[in-house]
Amino acid sequence: MERTQMHRQLANMRKSLFDQGYLDEQFIQLEELQDDANPNFVEEVVTLFYRDSARLIQSIDQALDKSTLDFTKLDGYMHQFKGSCSSIGAKKVKSECTQFKEYCKAGNGEGCKKTFQQVKKEYATLKKKLEAYFQFARQVGPVETACRPK
Amino acid sequence: MTVEETRGSFGVEDENNDKFPVGMRVLAVDDDPTCLKLLEGLLRKCQYQVTTTSQARMAHMMLRENKNRFDLVISDVHMPDMDGFKLLELVGLEMDLPVIRNSDPKLVMKGVTHGACDYLVKPVRLEELRNIWQHVLRRKKFDSKSQNNSTTQDKAHQGSEGPAPTGNEDQNGKLNRKRKDEEEEGEDNGHENEDPSAQKKPRVVWSIELHRKFVAAVHQLGIEKAVPKRILDLMNVEGLTRENVASHLQKYRLYLKRISSVATQQANMVAILGGKDSSYVNIGSLDGLRDLQTLAGPGRLSNPAATSYPPSGMLNRLNSPAAVGLHTFTSSALIQPSHAQNLSNSIDTIGKFQLNSPAAVGLHTFTSSVLIQPSHAQNFSNSIDTIGKFQSVVSPANQNAYKLQENKCTSHIRDFNPIDDPKIFAAGNTFTDTRVVVGSSKNPLISAPSNQLMLRGNSQQTQTGGGFQSHYSLKMDSLNSEFFTVGVSGSANFLDQGRCTANLQSAFQSSQFPLNSLPLNESFNHDQLPPNSMRDNNSLVCPPIQNSPLYFSSTTTASAPLEDSRGEMQCQEGLVSDVTQNVNQALSQRWGGHKQDYTHNSNNIFSSFNSLAPANGVLAPSSQVMDLQNGVCNRKLDVSFVGQSNGVGSTLVQQSEVVRSTMDSTMRSNEDYFLEHTKLPGGVISNSYDSLDDLMNAMIKRGHDGTVLMDGEFGFDAYSFGSCM
Repeated sequence: MERTQMHRQLANMRKSLFDQGYLDEQFIQLEELQDDANPNFVEEVVTLFYRDSARLIQSIDQALDKSTLDFTKLDGYMHQFKGSCSSIGAKKVKSECTQFKEYCKAGNGEGCKKTFQQVKKEYATLKKKLEAYFQFARQVGPVETACRPK
Repeated sequence: MTVEETRGSFGVEDENNDKFPVGMRVLAVDDDPTCLKLLEGLLRKCQYQVTTTSQARMAHMMLRENKNRFDLVISDVHMPDMDGFKLLELVGLEMDLPVIRNSDPKLVMKGVTHGACDYLVKPVRLEELRNIWQHVLRRKKFDSKSQNNSTTQDKAHQGSEGPAPTGNEDQNGKLNRKRKDEEEEGEDNGHENEDPSAQKKPRVVWSIELHRKFVAAVHQLGIEKAVPKRILDLMNVEGLTRENVASHLQKYRLYLKRISSVATQQANMVAILGGKDSSYVNIGSLDGLRDLQTLAGPGRLSNPAATSYPPSGMLNRLNSPAAVGLHTFTSSALIQPSHAQNLSNSIDTIGKFQLNSPAAVGLHTFTSSVLIQPSHAQNFSNSIDTIGKFQSVVSPANQNAYKLQENKCTSHIRDFNPIDDPKIFAAGNTFTDTRVVVGSSKNPLISAPSNQLMLRGNSQQTQTGGGFQSHYSLKMDSLNSEFFTVGVSGSANFLDQGRCTANLQSAFQSSQFPLNSLPLNESFNHDQLPPNSMRDNNSLVCPPIQNSPLYFSSTTTASAPLEDSRGEMQCQEGLVSDVTQNVNQALSQRWGGHKQDYTHNSNNIFSSFNSLAPANGVLAPSSQVMDLQNGVCNRKLDVSFVGQSNGVGSTLVQQSEVVRSTMDSTMRSNEDYFLEHTKLPGGVISNSYDSLDDLMNAMIKRGHDGTVLMDGEFGFDAYSFGSCM
């Protein structure tokens, strides 16, 4: 019971992540890849993502700090970052990235900066949520495999 | 990610087909670890054997070590250490593996032209991956088909197609299963797969030599009329089947088409092709191979050098924010010296080179459609790369990519008769700096003396420094000492400097031409310089180089040529590119040096150059050149054209072997150097030519864009560096 309870709770957590738009289909793909051979696949990928993208975020921050913005470079960074986000299914972050790229293309420095704040915010929020999720999942037990949200 | 498939692993289809696609070995390359991991997971799920790496170089190395190790390569587009496109080309060309790129939509086209088989957009999905094995299969089949002469009906099964994508599991391997969805059958010649007797024939590797022969044969027959059977006969290579030739011919044709189409489309500099991809000008195509190199467009040239050139025949894109961007010089010119003649400098092309005018970054795609087919054995096979199209973009205003119309003139210098005088015709498209003279190619192909001249369409453009004109001069090596070096000087006129130094005359193509063909000048000049006629032709096209006054007076001998050259054909060779001094200097020196044959003319020219050339510093190399000079055409052209303004052009240094005909050197050089005109300002000669390194570097020094032309016979393939940037 308890287990089931927890499972259910976990499932709800997961579902809410999707419902609230934090995650998308791609995350499900990741989950599908998780199996006995790769039991922690999803978590690994997400961790990798956070590690790697922290670096990118820093670069972008630095680039945005300059007095004259190099939009091409910014766009390049963002493109990479966006690619990573989409690989794990970080939906909200990705959409902010898209917005950022638009501003870049338009050469709107202010817009870029503001959007980037958004990006970072979403990024941090998602990170927290995912961490909580994984932690809980670990508690619940490895057997738990998320089922697709309806 | 790009998926590359290696065919090798599968040996006879029958055996492996069963298991196919399971167990297919994939190499995944992506600098983003997240994506890489994801991809790895996905591929594992598909039951492929995955190897991953985040560095392109490592991937390349792995592939090199064992070509049969992988069946497919999936690579990313933008990668820090090596440009994704470059890897693509290298892999595709060298190893003929299907590569699938992971890119975003705009770059897809680019990827495809670079030889990618397919593309995946991030985030990668499982279903898509399940389908990639088809590429391998297709390849294999095609390969075996061409190798096996048997013409079993394809229907049999194109490869283990098995049920569609979900096939992983079920090993579609059964070859015999007819492929329902795909219409693989489409492939010409039936599929051999079925054919049990299709024992795997050894794959034919199109080496440079072989390719060269192929190109020579094709040119001899005429590109339109070249049929595999005849080509095969002409090539006279043992063990080569008609099918091999047919498939290669197909690729070759695609390549040509790609080059020409790319040239036209390059309007944006955005696509800066990494590395060679675009334009290389093949100068001095040796027996034909050379040309190909540059040409090797679609069909990947076997030569590795080819890889260097951008498959898309890209034009160099000059991005010069201010100055010219790269010139993608796609030398579409196939200069095929079909005959034995020495080098045919087929300059390929000046192909498209795009000059970006500083202002608008115009891309000039200079497509040299030069097809020079030396009909006779005469020495040169001048391949004139077509100076033809040049797209000079120069208009200060905005030229983003405007293409220069090809110079009418030039472009094809065909047949060079055994002319003693190599006439190099520089089709000069003289462009005035400020305006793009499009199509000014006046190049009157001089054929006056039967010598073919290489036309150089020099397009100058540029006005504002941006334009580079790649002036290609074809070098033709005429047997006799004279050889034209048609330097395709893609002299991208780098106008950046704005100095247009002396134009010798209007003839000079604007902006510096990279003296690609320096040697050309020489060759021409002296020899023959047929009186007037030559002059004209030879006249150096010195485009008023804005930036670098490098002028190469291509017409070497024609002492006056400089003068003459005006408008007429400027000998391309000498390219009088104004190229920044550097080049000039260098070149002039070179000429002086080598041209022994060239008589004084060249000297004159040099002097003129010297004076002209602001001596950017190119001189240094020139001295070197001088050494080379030996007058002999054979010499290699060290000339490195440094891209005008930017050292870019330099790549031409073909120095090596060329000496005569062997385009090999050029080939190599081609790869390395692109005529990049790119950037002037930066002097970015990014096209580093490995081969020529020392020489070139010296020469090229950023300052001079002039490319050193090697006198040698070969026409160096100027690669347009597209990748300069």
